[in-house]
Amino acid sequence: MRIQCPFCGERDSSEFTYLGDATVRRPDPSAPEQYFEAVYLRDNPAGRHEELWYHGFGCRSWLRVTRDTRTHEIFTVEMYNDATTETNQEAARA
Amino acid sequence: MRYSIFSLMRQALRGHRDWTPAWRDAVPKPAYDVIIVGGGGHGLATAHYLSKVHGITRVAVLEKGWIGSGNAGRNTTIIRSNYLLSGNVPFYEFSMRLWEGLEQDLNYNAMVSQRGILNLYHSDAQRDAYARRGNAMRMHGIDAELLDANAVRRIAPFMDFDNARFPIQGGLLQRRGGTARHDAVVWGYARAASDRGVDIIQNCEVTGFIREAGRIAGVTTSRGEIKAAKIGLAVAGNTSRLTNLAGLRLPIESHVLQAFVSESIKPRIPGVITFGAGHFYVSQSDKGGLVFGGDIDGYNSYAQRGNLPTVEDVCEGGMAVIPSLGRVRVLRSWGGVMDMSMDGSPIIDRTPLSGLYLNTGWCYGGFKATPASGWCFAHLLARDELHEVGRDYRLDRFAIGHLIDEKGVGAQPNLH
Ligand SMILES: Cc1cc2nc3c(=O)[nH]c(=O)nc-3n(C[C@H](O)[C@H](O)[C@H](O)COP(=O)(O)OP(=O)(O)OC[C@H]3O[C@@H](n4cnc5c(N)ncnc54)[C@H](O)[C@@H]3O)c2cc1C
Ligand SMILES: [Zn+2]
Repeated sequence: MRIQCPFCGERDSSEFTYLGDATVRRPDPSAPEQYFEAVYLRDNPAGRHEELWYHGFGCRSWLRVTRDTRTHEIFTVEMYNDATTETNQEAARA
Repeated sequence: MRYSIFSLMRQALRGHRDWTPAWRDAVPKPAYDVIIVGGGGHGLATAHYLSKVHGITRVAVLEKGWIGSGNAGRNTTIIRSNYLLSGNVPFYEFSMRLWEGLEQDLNYNAMVSQRGILNLYHSDAQRDAYARRGNAMRMHGIDAELLDANAVRRIAPFMDFDNARFPIQGGLLQRRGGTARHDAVVWGYARAASDRGVDIIQNCEVTGFIREAGRIAGVTTSRGEIKAAKIGLAVAGNTSRLTNLAGLRLPIESHVLQAFVSESIKPRIPGVITFGAGHFYVSQSDKGGLVFGGDIDGYNSYAQRGNLPTVEDVCEGGMAVIPSLGRVRVLRSWGGVMDMSMDGSPIIDRTPLSGLYLNTGWCYGGFKATPASGWCFAHLLARDELHEVGRDYRLDRFAIGHLIDEKGVGAQPNLH
């Protein structure tokens, strides 16, 4: 499996560390029961999965990778901060 | 047909013409008392104990492929009960006792071979940790011996004791640990359950659930609808796919684990040996092949095949502990999909949906659990209560903080 890092180009997956589901959001601190869901529950889909990879042996960026868990085919790779910022901005606007 | 030395001799004299199939390949009926989804070791063991211990025989085991085509047929067959935490110790020891009587119970040769499991330690801190584990085991009446380097040398002289980075200082030995023949376990349970009237239905994939009056009342399958008051899931790495169909999210991620077998060589590895400074373990099959493995690949996967970095990592671990491994060729490698739970321990429990029961979270260690898992799941399905030895494997333990985290790494499934 190779991951197309937006900064370093196509690199072997062994340069990256896996963190898991990228759709998990830090819950609202005033709703502690949501922490159980955020920490423990996962959709664990067979198919497209958005996930976090850290390019530790390269540019040290956090990346959001969309990958098929049945075939390991990778569809998109983007820098995670951008995506988070977007979501946070949306949240702030809402 | 009962198997014995006499049946074997009789068949031998007749040229082995009259052997009959070991179990019935059944067609689905419209309804059962209990449906078990998944014809792996756990599903078939559950069917066996349901029929034998609880007298419930209107049971179907639904398998999407052929029985044993999942992890039961892909694992490296290690059985042991060398656990540390109180939630695990009684359960795995109960399983070990069931292994010890399994062949008599099933009248089937499962090739249970108690040739010992040796966990190596490479530092003072690791020795202390193994001493603690061994003491926990002995306090529960389980055999454990802490060996120094010389005692280990007598068992396995071919290892690299003076490795510059990971010298072997000794090991924790459980002599009652060992291996069993994975396929034979599947077929033995299938045969015993089938003899009591359980329907084993292959090529029957469960594709959805039937709900009636607020409860799960049956399943839709690739071979039509089948009704039952109780449905038990024992589908290992595919659990989330099924519970997602019922709208239930679980503390489970599916990950791929690889294993390897070498060409056959003369007997060399006396039991199961595990490297303590990396993840590598090895045993030798009766055919002579070295069977070995290591870590999961580490990312969500349903692919049943892994990637090369893990192959390299496992082989490096092997070379660090047994340098002569470099002389044998690897014949085959394969992968299976593991139901990795958030604390590394299994779940055998009811679900919030009445009629639906769960058996999952086995991570890469569920083969040794097969007998006890079947026993406890059958108990749950028959009596609607958790069995004593598995009472800590509750689904709600994640919400209430009663985790069973042997490795102490937290809610990070790929680290367990
Ligand atoms: C490479 C490898 C090495 C391992 N080594 C060891 C070891 O040394 N010791 C140990 O204790 N454990 C080991 N394990 C773990 C062990 O194999 C599993 O934990 C255990 O086999 C899981 O239980 P099972 O046998 O019931 O699973 P499986 O055999 O996977 O059974 C589940 C069944 O459900 C079926 N299924 C899935 N979805 C559906 C559906 N929708 N409808 C119908 N049927 C369905 C599957 O086809 C499958 O046959 C290893 C696993 C792997 C992959
Ligand atoms: Zn990079």
